[in-house]
Amino acid sequence: MVISISNITKKFGNLTVLKGINFDLDRGGIFAVLGPNGSGKTTILKIILGMVIPQSGEVMIDGKVVNKSWGHRKGIGYLPQIARFPDNLTVNELISMIKDIRQMPAEEKVLIEKFGMEPFLNQKLSNLSGGTRQKVNIILTFMFDSPILILDEPTAGLDPLSLVRLKELIQQEKEKGKIILITTHILNLVESLADEIIFLLEGDIYFKGSVQELTKKTGMNDLEHSIARILE
Amino acid sequence: MISKVLKYSFSDLIRSRWSYVYLVFYLVLGFTLLFLNTNLSKAIITLMNIVVILTPLIGTIFGVMYYYNSREFTELLLAQPIKRSSIFLGQYLGISLSLTISLVAGLGIPFLIYGLFQSSVILDFIMLLLSGAFLTFIFVALSVNIALLNTNKIKGFGYAILMWLFFAVIYDGIFLISLVLFDDYPLDQFTLVASLFNPIDLSRIMILLKLDISALLGYTGALFQKFFGTYLGSFISFGTLLLWVIIPVSLMTRFSNKKDF
Amino acid sequence: MISIETISKLLVRKSVILLIHISIYLVPLATTASVYHVCETCQIKSLGEAVVTANRHDTIKVRSGRYECTNLEITKPLSLIGETGAILDGKNLGYVLKLLGDHITVRGFKIINAGKSYTKDYAAIYAFKASQFKILDNEMVNPFFGILIEKSDNGLVQGNFLSGESSKEDDSGNGIHLWHCKNVDIVDNEIHGLRDGIYLEFVDSSKVRDNYAHHNIRYGLHFMFSNQDTYLNNTFESNGAGVAVMFSKFITMKKNRFLQNWGTSSYGLLLKEIYDADVTENEFKENTIGIFIEGSTRVNYFHNDFSQNGWAVKVSGGCYTNKFFKNNFLSNAFDVSYNSRMNDNSFHGNYWSEYTGYDLDDDEIGDIPYRPVKLFSYIVNKTPETIILLRSLFVDIINFSERVSPVFTPDDLVDEQPSLKPFQW
Repeated sequence: MVISISNITKKFGNLTVLKGINFDLDRGGIFAVLGPNGSGKTTILKIILGMVIPQSGEVMIDGKVVNKSWGHRKGIGYLPQIARFPDNLTVNELISMIKDIRQMPAEEKVLIEKFGMEPFLNQKLSNLSGGTRQKVNIILTFMFDSPILILDEPTAGLDPLSLVRLKELIQQEKEKGKIILITTHILNLVESLADEIIFLLEGDIYFKGSVQELTKKTGMNDLEHSIARILE
Repeated sequence: MISKVLKYSFSDLIRSRWSYVYLVFYLVLGFTLLFLNTNLSKAIITLMNIVVILTPLIGTIFGVMYYYNSREFTELLLAQPIKRSSIFLGQYLGISLSLTISLVAGLGIPFLIYGLFQSSVILDFIMLLLSGAFLTFIFVALSVNIALLNTNKIKGFGYAILMWLFFAVIYDGIFLISLVLFDDYPLDQFTLVASLFNPIDLSRIMILLKLDISALLGYTGALFQKFFGTYLGSFISFGTLLLWVIIPVSLMTRFSNKKDF
Repeated sequence: MISIETISKLLVRKSVILLIHISIYLVPLATTASVYHVCETCQIKSLGEAVVTANRHDTIKVRSGRYECTNLEITKPLSLIGETGAILDGKNLGYVLKLLGDHITVRGFKIINAGKSYTKDYAAIYAFKASQFKILDNEMVNPFFGILIEKSDNGLVQGNFLSGESSKEDDSGNGIHLWHCKNVDIVDNEIHGLRDGIYLEFVDSSKVRDNYAHHNIRYGLHFMFSNQDTYLNNTFESNGAGVAVMFSKFITMKKNRFLQNWGTSSYGLLLKEIYDADVTENEFKENTIGIFIEGSTRVNYFHNDFSQNGWAVKVSGGCYTNKFFKNNFLSNAFDVSYNSRMNDNSFHGNYWSEYTGYDLDDDEIGDIPYRPVKLFSYIVNKTPETIILLRSLFVDIINFSERVSPVFTPDDLVDEQPSLKPFQW
């Protein structure tokens, strides 16, 4: 599985968010997309998904241009930043709806158990708390066996136990050789999980490499200080 | 895939309170009208005034409201392996169909109870419902377009209402004033064409022809009657209404394909 | 060789014939009236022969069959009776029957092939200076004029059926046409497909009753310069225009039905230069214009039904002291239309189906007055094409604002006491 991004430019009105960026993800692993607010982290993820249309450039998955098609989403599990769902549905209905749409084998039961969601299955989504909704979000993303996972702030609102479970889950998926793209502001998650960091700054890739390489480059002890240094 | 999206947005909509409000509104309206005057054909005239103005308004409001309120659902679907146009067409059909069903059931039930099938006005009534359905499909499509082009909810609402106001009132005002101003010129052709360009006017005229305008059209010379009264005229009128659905819908798929979420 | 026998036989036969002839010519002189039969096998084989043969006040009965009959003049008092199947064929040569004397009755004939002309008013039955005539139960197929009566009086035209196939005004005549007549009753006739169904010019003190005029090219009934006439209980349907009453005085119009008269200048009833008339208990339904009034004065409209017309009442200039009271105005596109701001007529205590006022004191009279003239009707008068905007929201809005403060329509044209219930009679 290879994702290859070439020369992607994206403007929102007058604001240029991405200025022709290029990178390749040619092996399984966890890739953390970092950068200050508004640096285009979510945008690049959505471009890969085809939800945002770039002005120029291409997204290729296994050599096929995908940024104007939709079939490739069958191979992507996407966890959006804000867990928003149709209010009138129950958790169960939502899960079976997504299963119905995807028409793929799903293993939601294990995940429901893992995150203790059994009591909420017949609740309407509008009645759930933010954290619980995020768990629903996680179940929907991980229940299919997708070779690519895109996780936009997956930890938002989670309690510590669920956070641990999520970490395990991500690790588990990584071991299956999947490409996992992740944005997060929780840096120790990055330090403990990420194989590689893609650091976006002012519309360009400022840095691409491992955590160690980044700390080396900035001459700092840890990731937090390295990033602070870059942003100074 | 359209059918799946349609299925879910439709079931989402018929569970929403607003569909019931709309249905109950038409039920109350139908029963009240028939209670006030048991004369079916007079009730249909009153109903026409309401249907021609109200179904576009409701279609407009629902179209914008559903679009903005179902962004979550849309985003969820956008991450799934579904074509964008399928998502938007499915949702569009979901809104239009649920509104149309409310209209048909809400007006149909009272009229059926009051003995519509024994009445000679059944064709007029079907015409009325058909126009109402067309207007719903047209105005939902137009308003979804406006919503697609405006990320700002308040702005989108404003433009949509303005659009309705334009077709419901302003267009006719300009139409009337230009007819009066250019009184000295032959106006038949202009009038015909101008009435095709507004779906509300077109529906109104089609219903009126079945009701009370026939006697009047005689007054303006044969052209109107020749046009609207013939099969060719009805064919062109319905064709135009159909175009009024097709063009906004195809614009909708174009806009949606270019939009970022 | 002729034998004596044969000669004697011939003589006997001749004398028998002579006897018969004598009886024919002489016996009527002795008695008051006798009956002659006309048929193909009868002694008298044509109506013309019978008319010549018959004496004053005799009756001629024509048996079933087709008889040529052209310009047959009847100058003495006779009763001409067609039995079932008796057809008079005018051979397309001028008049068929001409009644030129008093006390003539024509009854029960079917008359075909009356002549057509662009210079002469040929008619199936023509009466001139006739008094006490009766024209009853005849059928006239595609005549030029059906029954044309001039300078006659005290007659009855009843139960005739006239049908034409005309499509243009200039090559067709009128069904029943009276000119300079007095005291003639026109009752229970059906006329269709001609120019005017019934036409009266200089006809006084006459009655038109129970007739059905439909699908005529111009008018169902046309009155000119005729006074003190009554027409009652007639039906006028789908004519070019229903009834035109012009330049006449003291006309009573009652219980007639004016239905579906559609067209550019079509109306149920046209009143032009009419004085002192009564229009009572008529029904005006689905006409382009119910009543079109031009220059009429002192006309009372009482207990009429105006339903589903384009315009119920259209008033055009020079109309004074007309009164509309206790009429029903039901679902007309426009109830009343004026072409000026002047108004000298009164609308009082009518029922208007569009009235939306209330009745707090419960006397079945609306507490707020009703303005029957809409601004839009004024606009349509000026620019007819604007009719296409009928019942649109914009038009409703401008009508409402005009109703609140009249600028273009007569501000004193108000029904102060609109009834809340339709009237019955």
